[in-house]
Amino acid sequence: MSTTLESRLAALRGSAPPRPMDARTLAALAANPGCGRRALLDAAGVDKGAVAEHLGRPAPFGQSQFSIVRGNAFEARVKADGCAELLRLLCERLGLPAPDEAALPDLSAVGPAGRAERTRQALEEATAAGGWSLLDHPMLRLEVAGSAVHLEPDAVVVRPDGRWTVVEIKSFPILDGCADPAKVGAAARQSAVYVLALRALAERIGRGEPEHTVVLVCPKDFSNLPTCAAVDVRKQLSVTVRQLTRLTRVEDIVSELPEGTTFDLALDDDRRTPRRPVEELAAAVDAVPAAYAPDCLSVCELAFHCRARAHECGAVEALGRGVRGELGALASVDEVLAAAAAGLGGAWQADGEGSAPAEHVSGGGCGVGGGTDAHGYAEDGGDFGGGDFGGGDFSGGDRRDFGDDAVTWRLREAARLRAEALAGTAAGGRA
Amino acid sequence: MSLIATLARMEALREGRARPLATVRHRHLSERPMVFVPLTTAGEAGAPLGALFGTDREEPTLLVVPQPRDRDLRFAFLAQLAQGMLPYLEGYADDVDVEVRKGKDPETGEPVEVERELCRDAPQLLVPNGSGVRYVRLLGRSMRFRRTAEEAPDEPYPVPSRVPLLGRWMTHFGERALTPGSCLLVSMTDLLSRHWASGQSGLEDQHLGALLAWLDPPPGVHGSEAALRAETARDERGLLECPPAGPATDPAFDNKLLAPAITRYDAGLSGAERAVRDLVGSQLRPTWDHVWRGLDLLRELPPGDRVAARWEGDRWSYTGHRDRLRAGEPPQPKRDDAVTAAAKLVRRETDQVRLDAHEALDDPLVMAERRLAGEAFAGEVVAVEMAYSEGRSPRPRPLVSVSTHDRPHVEPGTRVFRRLAGKAQEAQVAAAEPGLVVVRLVNQMGRGRVPAEGTVPEPGDVVCLTAFEHDPRPAAPLPPPEETPWTHGGPPGEAAMGASAPDPHTAEDYL
Amino acid sequence: MTAPVGDPSAEAARVTEEILHDTLHSPRRGVVVDSPPGAGKSTLVVRAARELAAAGEKPMVVAQTNSQVDDLVKRLAKEDPRLPIGRLHGSDSPPDPALSELPSVVLSSSVGDLAGREVVIATAAKWAFVKDVPAWRHAIVDEAYQMRSDALLKVAGLFERALFVGDPGQLDPFTVVGADQWAGLSYDPSASAVVTLLAHNPELPQHRLPVSWRLPASAARLVSDAFYPYTPFRAGTGHEDRRLSFAAAGDGSAHDRVLDLAAESGWGLLELPERRTVRTDPEAVAAVATLVRRLLDRGGRTLSEKGTAALTADRIAVGTAHRDQAAAVRSALAGLGVAGVTVDTANRLQGQEYDVTVVLHPLSGRPDATAFHLETGRLCVLASRHRHACVVVSRAGVERLLDEHPSTEPVQLGVTVKFPDGWEANHAVLAHLNERRVRYRP
Repeated sequence: MSTTLESRLAALRGSAPPRPMDARTLAALAANPGCGRRALLDAAGVDKGAVAEHLGRPAPFGQSQFSIVRGNAFEARVKADGCAELLRLLCERLGLPAPDEAALPDLSAVGPAGRAERTRQALEEATAAGGWSLLDHPMLRLEVAGSAVHLEPDAVVVRPDGRWTVVEIKSFPILDGCADPAKVGAAARQSAVYVLALRALAERIGRGEPEHTVVLVCPKDFSNLPTCAAVDVRKQLSVTVRQLTRLTRVEDIVSELPEGTTFDLALDDDRRTPRRPVEELAAAVDAVPAAYAPDCLSVCELAFHCRARAHECGAVEALGRGVRGELGALASVDEVLAAAAAGLGGAWQADGEGSAPAEHVSGGGCGVGGGTDAHGYAEDGGDFGGGDFGGGDFSGGDRRDFGDDAVTWRLREAARLRAEALAGTAAGGRA
Repeated sequence: MSLIATLARMEALREGRARPLATVRHRHLSERPMVFVPLTTAGEAGAPLGALFGTDREEPTLLVVPQPRDRDLRFAFLAQLAQGMLPYLEGYADDVDVEVRKGKDPETGEPVEVERELCRDAPQLLVPNGSGVRYVRLLGRSMRFRRTAEEAPDEPYPVPSRVPLLGRWMTHFGERALTPGSCLLVSMTDLLSRHWASGQSGLEDQHLGALLAWLDPPPGVHGSEAALRAETARDERGLLECPPAGPATDPAFDNKLLAPAITRYDAGLSGAERAVRDLVGSQLRPTWDHVWRGLDLLRELPPGDRVAARWEGDRWSYTGHRDRLRAGEPPQPKRDDAVTAAAKLVRRETDQVRLDAHEALDDPLVMAERRLAGEAFAGEVVAVEMAYSEGRSPRPRPLVSVSTHDRPHVEPGTRVFRRLAGKAQEAQVAAAEPGLVVVRLVNQMGRGRVPAEGTVPEPGDVVCLTAFEHDPRPAAPLPPPEETPWTHGGPPGEAAMGASAPDPHTAEDYL
Repeated sequence: MTAPVGDPSAEAARVTEEILHDTLHSPRRGVVVDSPPGAGKSTLVVRAARELAAAGEKPMVVAQTNSQVDDLVKRLAKEDPRLPIGRLHGSDSPPDPALSELPSVVLSSSVGDLAGREVVIATAAKWAFVKDVPAWRHAIVDEAYQMRSDALLKVAGLFERALFVGDPGQLDPFTVVGADQWAGLSYDPSASAVVTLLAHNPELPQHRLPVSWRLPASAARLVSDAFYPYTPFRAGTGHEDRRLSFAAAGDGSAHDRVLDLAAESGWGLLELPERRTVRTDPEAVAAVATLVRRLLDRGGRTLSEKGTAALTADRIAVGTAHRDQAAAVRSALAGLGVAGVTVDTANRLQGQEYDVTVVLHPLSGRPDATAFHLETGRLCVLASRHRHACVVVSRAGVERLLDEHPSTEPVQLGVTVKFPDGWEANHAVLAHLNERRVRYRP
């Protein structure tokens, strides 16, 4: 990361201490990779939850203390007696005899960097020793867009043959061999980040073989007895690798922000009360283009703010990503309704407000929708075919057929058929 | 989502309240459904915290587990649930019709008449949302392999009698709910979102409070505002004014109120049990009322013509489970064998096709979606030309020209169907051009050379033809499980029988 | 992955002999053959059927669609006009009328009528209704990867042993209802028949036809790398063996330039400006139609190991993802006076072969990628139908679309991860096409 970018990001964050990226935030890069807002705020280490709270649209996330207690108790149980149960399970899964003993190196050190260094030493020694070792909460380091991110898997097991296996302990159950696929998917994406960090480390120290199959340890059925499952994370690895390389686009996003943009909450002397005028903060947030979709509601702290903005703009995505498929270039609800209204002989114009065809509200202006329009179609030469666009009739202002007529026809038909059916005049159905 | 449904959502968004997606009710509603609103304990698998249930809107039964980690308390809860629910679930078992079907004598293979009982009605369980349906499955799974003291005297933690039986019923209902269009166990969010389009996404429709806010917003309040209130408004204690419809609880409720109350209960403080009970009840009651409110709205819609025919499938399902219980069969295994899995899949596919066809035939608004998708077309008959099949005894094969605005995906040779006196009349597309489709009728015209009266449309008639069949043909039979072929592992052996072994226990009171 | 060496014909012949040997003599109950695009799958099926018949085994043959069955009957009858063939069919799905012209073929909807035939061929769906007959000693199951596990369950009782042949890279079978509850089970009824078969019978001999006789050298490597990363194959012909040329020089238009590029390199991408469009994007549809028109107008000629030939309409196909796109292209072609060109969706183009294909990219103009559009098999089918060249028409921005595709797939325990992933395969194909790109602004 260039120092200018680093200082811009620091300025964006303002006086608040940075929230370091972790495996969850890195895995989340793949959840909505089109969203510049999330990418930028995460890269800058901004506390999105605090920003959302101050904007008056906090995300209703929270964790019940019951599940925290349960999760901790389960992990403690799994790791009891020098992780004996964990090793037994693991060997059973791998079809190997359980070792009589395994090394449990002490990884304590000062600060994340110190712990990461201690982990490196321990992995190097364990791999060289050629026996079983279990690293409890090791600290891994991964370079992301030029800066170091620290990651803490639940455990890493070193096998005598030098292979390293990531172990994740989760408190959702494996019931009759099945687990909640959404939760397993999230665990797989998170584990893929650990595998990536281990690969980087193995390359650095020139030994060790991180496996792309991770081990998930969960309670079995309705008991608190652990069981485990192997999860192949190759797909998640390739997606994460690609998304990490795309993080450089943060630089482009930053460069397009107005000078002086910051998400600083201007905390009062009590270090708790934000003094930043809400409109100002909202303007700063909205200056970064977002790609809101309803799926965001369960994963991003800013989602309720972005949803409100999407509604204000009438962005069609607010009704779900899938609705865009049949709407061509129409990006707003008003546009769609106006196009459809023509199918009703303009009947809609009469009732209700806001039915006049809206100006083209593209995503960009509202900060939602993420690049709906043709852009970036630079006429760069150099490819086959050079810079000229064959065909010859390359005259800008012509009316072009983008299929909008087809969209409009279908919308009108949809509106006509719907109105007929509701009025009870349609053929078919109960005819 | 179809374009027509998208349009309906956009209309709803503009008008500030939900818009219809159906003109009739496509699901059976019992006259006396049982509403079941469960809550579960965060972080534990299948540890119920409490439930409201019953058939009387004004007098639900409240059951609460004051310390969900206490096995005895959980079992007591399940016993009371069984006591409260089983009479309802079993209450339709003895009122039967006897159907006579053609069958085969198992010994001789000769065709014989077989009498089969079919329950005249069946129970219906209504839960708030999709997670509620999954929770019924989970509860069923957690109960059906338990042992009672009578069954297994050595069982260290026997459950009260009737608990495994409730587990088997819940498993059956949970499994049946995966069949498209089935109604033994349904969620209110599914029922409502099938019939109305809100101005939000399908994902947000999973929130029963928000969905009802769109259907029934307070006067002068826009649906999106009402829905936002339902999702996020909190009282002065920081609790959601509209508690989640479960089975998960609001973490703020857990941390601020429930956890301290359970701690007081653990300390044996007087009145502590009552306090937990009131707290859990306060989280359940709004959802209970929402489910009944949803039911009111649904009952305003007239039922579709084919809803009763599909409910008969549910009655068969109910009767079949009754018969398996009476025959003393073991509980449903943890995982299906190869033949059972294939049979369920094929059955669900057939039922999906049938449901899609039925809904379209029952409801012009659904048919409109199929027409827009090019799977059906409607229009006026502009010409009828008599023609005959070749062969020794020519049969009528009239050519009917239909003028239509629709743009069906048909080409010469495509089979199409129209409804005629309760049956499907088949035709073949003879020619298709924009605005005009010519079809050749091929059946349902009687036995003679002249078509029977009323079997051929006349110019001026409005007809609707579908490119999908009205009743899907039955699927090919599967072998019995004991004849599972080598490609699928052979007959399920002893290993599969062990699939109904009880779950392991630990001495601790954690689950 | 080692570079293929040796004579492809000899290599393919050796593998075929091994397959036939296992089919006739293996003590195992099944033989599985993976066949990449154009590797001679139908030839193998026909040959296996004849050899089994010659050995007095009277095999039954299972295919998946009626047109596949009809094609097999025709091929078999052509190869061996004296072989008595039975074509079993459904009572309301009559076979191709051309079959009734074949003297060696008996058609019937009842298996009893076909008892004496040396080979009996039907769809899996029809076989599933056959019962109360003695088991066949041998079966050949064609397109086994497109067959669903539950379909195999219904017919497997009819035979003692079988040769399973199919292309693992094409479209997977699917269901419209939920099947999650069986995910991870070895006999998941919604999975492919071969997956179930091998899960229960891992010891079965497995073979792979190693040479694609259809794909030119320019395509085999890309298709192999992108869609068959762990089971590579090679082209049966060299770069010099196939040539596409035009009598008329290009007119300088983007269309002609991309055709020249494709003639030279086997691939071409005609890229339209980025725009979110409907599925039936009229500009893209028009571009596809124009490309076809120009292919014909410019007097295309193909040179291959089969000799030289004029590139006629019946040797050209247009592939799309959706039916309405195919319909739009057909009407655009009609508007340009073009007849006889096949225009169809990936599903229906499976198993077909042409000299030149023009493909409307499944992600062109879309607002987002869906599982349907990302399905590996869809792109694989579209990119592997041609003997000479494939021209893709697409809006710009597909790469960004792929990059912005949310990756939040649920993961089922116990389900073997299928490779390649559609997202990655799409990136790979696009990277290759980008080097053969002509931009076009209508």
